Amino acid sequence: MIRERHLNILLLAGFLAVPLYALAVDEPFTITLATRAAILALAAVGLNIALGWGGLVSFGHAAFFGIGGYSMGILAFHAQNYMPLDLGFAVLEGTKSMPVIWLVATLTSALAALAIGALSLRTSGVYFIMITLAFAQMFYYFAISWSRYGGEDGISIYVRNEFPGLNTLAPIQFFGLCFAALLLALWLNARLVASPFGLALNAARQVPVRVQTVGLDPTRLKLVAFVISGAITGLAGALFADLNRFVSPSMFSWHLSGELIVLIILGGVGRLMGPVIGAILFVALDHILGGWTTHWHIALGAILLGVVLFARGGVIGLLCGPKGQA
Amino acid sequence: MSEIVLETCGITKSFGNLRASDGISIDLRAGEIHAVIGPNGAGKSTLIHQISGGLRPDAGQVWLNGRDVTALATPARARLGLGRTFQISALAMEDTVLENVLLGALGASGRVWRFWSQVMADRALRERAEAALARVGLSEQMHTRTSALSHGQRRQLEVAVALTLRPRAFVMDEPMAGLGAEGSKTLTGFLDGLRAEAPILLVEHDMDAVFALADRISVLVYGRIIATGSVDDIRANPEVREAYLGDGA
Amino acid sequence: MSTILIIEQVLNGLQSGVMLFLMAAGLTLIFGVMGLINLAHGSLYMVGAFAAAAVAGATGSFLLALLGALVAAAVAGVLVEMLVIRRLYAADHLDQVLATFALILIFSEGTRLIFGSFPLYLDIPDWLSGPVTLPGGIQYPLYRLALIGAGLAVALTLWALIERTRIGIQIRAGENDREMIAALGVDISRLYTLIFALGAALAGLAGALVGAIQSVQVGMGEPVLILAFVTIVIGGIGSIKGAFVGALLVGLTQTLGSVFLPAFFRLFLDPATAMSVGSSLANMAVYILMSLVLIFRPTGLMGARA
Repeated sequence: MIRERHLNILLLAGFLAVPLYALAVDEPFTITLATRAAILALAAVGLNIALGWGGLVSFGHAAFFGIGGYSMGILAFHAQNYMPLDLGFAVLEGTKSMPVIWLVATLTSALAALAIGALSLRTSGVYFIMITLAFAQMFYYFAISWSRYGGEDGISIYVRNEFPGLNTLAPIQFFGLCFAALLLALWLNARLVASPFGLALNAARQVPVRVQTVGLDPTRLKLVAFVISGAITGLAGALFADLNRFVSPSMFSWHLSGELIVLIILGGVGRLMGPVIGAILFVALDHILGGWTTHWHIALGAILLGVVLFARGGVIGLLCGPKGQA
Repeated sequence: MSEIVLETCGITKSFGNLRASDGISIDLRAGEIHAVIGPNGAGKSTLIHQISGGLRPDAGQVWLNGRDVTALATPARARLGLGRTFQISALAMEDTVLENVLLGALGASGRVWRFWSQVMADRALRERAEAALARVGLSEQMHTRTSALSHGQRRQLEVAVALTLRPRAFVMDEPMAGLGAEGSKTLTGFLDGLRAEAPILLVEHDMDAVFALADRISVLVYGRIIATGSVDDIRANPEVREAYLGDGA
Repeated sequence: MSTILIIEQVLNGLQSGVMLFLMAAGLTLIFGVMGLINLAHGSLYMVGAFAAAAVAGATGSFLLALLGALVAAAVAGVLVEMLVIRRLYAADHLDQVLATFALILIFSEGTRLIFGSFPLYLDIPDWLSGPVTLPGGIQYPLYRLALIGAGLAVALTLWALIERTRIGIQIRAGENDREMIAALGVDISRLYTLIFALGAALAGLAGALVGAIQSVQVGMGEPVLILAFVTIVIGGIGSIKGAFVGALLVGLTQTLGSVFLPAFFRLFLDPATAMSVGSSLANMAVYILMSLVLIFRPTGLMGARA
């Protein structure tokens, strides 16, 4: 058995080494793949806070991913067309500045998570799974019929957005940004888990009645976790949109919600690096198996079944043993 | 007569045709252990739920420290000083023993909305939590995972979590459940000393414990309190003998 | 807005509602009795449609095609239940979601492997094509009317099966108390396989019936699956009656919404805006309906289970 801490360090080092190596041998596509993995990992780190620690099986996190994406799409769209955005009460210029876009993406998805979470947490179990799915579907269909922003076709952004002091068009620099965001989220995640809030949330997942009898409201704890979770996934959405320079309703699709869950379970639920391992594996499998056959999803399906039926702790569970045996 | 800490006034609760609580009025006074006994299905769990806030009575009120808490939810009642233990241990099994008591300390301190500080590094919380563990004799198991505890140790931990709240009144739902003779004796001794700190409303099946501990006993049958009195009163009460202890007991 | 249009749209809504019921009935039974969330139910719908298209292509007979759909979906259901699903009954919802999500991937890619990426077409047989004239002079496609009839007939049969037969008693007992039926000497694992096969066959039948008015393609089961989930959540998970009510509600909301909401907004918005607001609201309507139901009745209209 490997110590989880060692595995985590090894993993992050490897994650950083691959694109650097790709830079050295001039393989920009590999850098793009690594960037994709970092962004998906970030989105799943967000979901893992709700799912792994809060026990909230959200089947609608694509809602936040899409909101983040559309925040980027709409702001950049108005900037590239020199067409201010009239909100009725205020007129905003668009922007191509990543920090501003990230702030907007994080805030809007946090707000959406607050609304969706407050309503969804009235239910539990399967009903929670389904109502979160329904909310994401609402956004999906709304985006499809939102003709102002391209409807089904989405929005294309011609040039990647800017970050002060960096050339975001250079793949390695954009990777650096995404990787930094991922590290930041992981750090936040680790602090959160060790914090008073994290302790209470962890208990709220396991024994909500106990949490109540010590004077805390488990639903409120879960709601806050859901909001933090949605905000991080929203940030990932904005980065993902910038990676592709394209936003479309497919960012809201339920497949994406499902895939985020898949990433977490592949890696290990409620494990800090679970989503990271899951995302790396997913992108690598997509690339390698997808290169061999267009039908690689059969293999992916088989692997997933194997994980659920035989390796329930995911990769980290296999390598480091069950959770809590530090 | 000492001050009333916890009181129910005519609480009534029906499920369909079943009257699980039928105008129950009992009180708990400072310094005492008041035991509630009754046969299975008498409505003891329903009573506890209404006192702790999990169920809202159809009629009647619950008072805590002179305040009507009938409309308050469980967390609010806990914050006002109600310390409850469960019949079936409600503990975070994946967490360590210390983490379980820390949760209690955290709830009592109100410092839960801290996202960045380390809970383990919070001196005040740690002291409060470790003191509670020491009192029930679980200090050595502090870093053990709760799922690895024996049944008896879980019962002790259950009490320890309530202790961290430093409540004004305890409501204990069969704390002796599943304990062996030795365990019961130890816990009985512990509860005996606890009453000076805060009175205990004790729902219990273990009659030896009840007779050893209770200052007063109330007998609940079919949702009604049929008698309240000292241990000797209850032993002698013919109605109780007939309804509960069975004649000739 | 004429009465004829309204009646037509109500019929369309009923038609999609009863087809949805065929899907939802299986889902809700499987959840109610076995406690399993089966995302792969849409795949069984797809299997039915493809089997029907293949059989119709080979034999030219629509009835044989329907039979083929029933058999193929039931067999696929039994296989999946025995190989995978059986191990998931005791698992938590998260594992069930993931494993059945994996099954969707396998089914979809597998179908693409066998049939290719191009849609297949299943033709409406001559004896069911063309319009009929309803009382009041309304022209309505015979096939769609037949779908309504078939759906209602299946609903009735299902009701009779559950209320009036031994199997039905076992199913109802299974919803209430698993130990009880085991104690009565019922072979639970066979009962579960049977229920799963029944649900699968219904989904396959729906796929084949709807396949004749839409194209038969990979991924066709997914929108239906999500609607079926919305349906059973609205109706209350585990309740067949709830599934029926929910299916009709969803079918009518969706159909009527897409016609009448744009028209409604045209009353006070310019036509282009009205069209866009109306159609986005229409698309979102069923999900809004579902959230409203859950917010006011967190266990659905007829659900008791928390």
